[in-house]
Amino acid sequence: MTTLPTLASPRTDRPSGGSRWDSLRGVNASDRTYKAVLTALALALPFLIVALFAQLFVSALPAIKRFGVPFLWTSTWDPVAEVYGAAPMIFGTLASSLIALLIAVPLALGVAIFLTEFAPRRLRQPVAFLVEMLAAIPSVVYGLWGVFVLIPFLRSYVVPPLKAVLGWTPFFQGVFYGNSLLAGGIILAIMIVPYIAAVSREVLLAVPSSQREAAIGMGATRWEAVWSAVLPYGRAGLIGAIILGLGRALGETMAVTMVIGNRHDISLSALQPAYTMAAAIANEFSEATTNMYLSALFEVGLILFVITVFVNAFARLLIWRVARGAAVGSKAL
Amino acid sequence: MSARSVRRRIASGLMTGLVTALSFTAVLALVLILADLIAKGASSIDWAFFTKTPVPAGETGGGVANAIVGTGIIVGLAALISLPIGIGAGLYLAEYGSGRLGFLVRFVADVLNGTPSIVIGIFAWTWMVKPVGRFSALAGSAALAILMIPMIARTTEEMVRLVPHSLREAALALGYPRWRTSLRVVTRTALSGIVTGCLVGIARVAGETAPLLFTALGNLNFVTKVTQPMQTLSLQIYVYATGPFEEWHRLAWAAALVLMGLVLVLGIAARWVTRQRYGSVR
Repeated sequence: MTTLPTLASPRTDRPSGGSRWDSLRGVNASDRTYKAVLTALALALPFLIVALFAQLFVSALPAIKRFGVPFLWTSTWDPVAEVYGAAPMIFGTLASSLIALLIAVPLALGVAIFLTEFAPRRLRQPVAFLVEMLAAIPSVVYGLWGVFVLIPFLRSYVVPPLKAVLGWTPFFQGVFYGNSLLAGGIILAIMIVPYIAAVSREVLLAVPSSQREAAIGMGATRWEAVWSAVLPYGRAGLIGAIILGLGRALGETMAVTMVIGNRHDISLSALQPAYTMAAAIANEFSEATTNMYLSALFEVGLILFVITVFVNAFARLLIWRVARGAAVGSKAL
Repeated sequence: MSARSVRRRIASGLMTGLVTALSFTAVLALVLILADLIAKGASSIDWAFFTKTPVPAGETGGGVANAIVGTGIIVGLAALISLPIGIGAGLYLAEYGSGRLGFLVRFVADVLNGTPSIVIGIFAWTWMVKPVGRFSALAGSAALAILMIPMIARTTEEMVRLVPHSLREAALALGYPRWRTSLRVVTRTALSGIVTGCLVGIARVAGETAPLLFTALGNLNFVTKVTQPMQTLSLQIYVYATGPFEEWHRLAWAAALVLMGLVLVLGIAARWVTRQRYGSVR
């Protein structure tokens, strides 16, 4: 699991780096060497992302050539006949992430609003710490908990009433065996709450108190001040936080693999097994005996990589727009 | 007080109650998971669990000694690879990162931070397993290192930026060259923060499973050679949890409790290191 994201952004408000150094002292040869070494190390990051993309693309090339764009909407996945299509996994990835967002967004925004606007001072640090600790639990432990605690709980207490009330909709059809889209979505929701909550909280903290004061001063209640002044001010950042959470959910592997059922099938019902792109790679990569099978899995990886890169880039730009210049330290763990 | 005003007050109170309830739901999820870990894992943890290696399927007993040592070796090696690169990149961002390249590196680090770890796993497989034809702990370390570099770069940058500029001016005024100022004064001042960032990074990858599936692979035997497949706690939990035996499930909970404890100890150590220096700053 990676660190909680922070709001840190390129700071344009205070001079730093090169410009400040230059005014202070002359440069000698070892200074230039020092800068060159650091630059080389920093270049490792752009190199990594380019290498990742290039390698995935090269490995996926045979599958791309063979199946072309229809790979995206073909739902056959037949290693024997060597026909591959990623539609069920793409559907399952999006559906499980959507369920996760439906559950996680109210929870996480609730946490962020509570912590910045309503919580008593001495509760803020402990509650923030506890929620962030959810991010420290390894994915495989979430999976273990999902298999042995969450799924039995869903089977006994959640699915029967759900079917009784909403069983007529296409979303809750069929027999519930446990491993399902619903279980995957719920596990994902718990896993992304800390990310969305942490970023939303920093976004709300970056809203100037004058916004709140002005609303209260005009006679708003505390909630009205939050709803009509604070939230609109931070809207772009909050959307960024949610999209960042979406990025996490799309790529999450172990916990989802353990509870989603891993079936190459598209079903609208949340009670049925499904598959995600990450789960397919985790499950089938070591069984991929032919080059085309392997290449198809690499293409799945490439699609997943490209989607998450775009989602993350978009989220970052939104967040930076709100919190530019906010001096936010690392809130990791 | 008008009826409208009363309604508004009630609405405000209700919404306050709602966000409070939502917060406690999130905390409740954490408490439930930790409680289940302890309830189902603690009873299986004894001396043998830490000192024995796994027994064949169907037999009872056995431990995870090989997985604990393997986790230490793989994560330690990943730290060795990623710390110099991550800290160096972080120093670059803090000291010289105000230009275009700085923006690019920062942006790429944030994007890489969100890259699915399974993708990095198959990338490491292509570069480190496929050419030599053998799974190895080293390949697992490389995959984890790729995950750690962007995290460490960003936290290092944050910590170095907290160092007051006056320190830098003082060192330069005393005739220190820039590079020594940066290394001996600025970095040393930020050291505890950097160590915290590194410990957090280590804690985060210690629980990773997906990047290790096709690199370190797992191993039921006790190995310390990094060119061999090696077991980690996370891989062991995955195998045990998805297996068919009751005995395995029991061991999976115990291993999960040990892994969670390890992650928490690293996390607490990370906070403790910073507390020493900055006191109330967090």
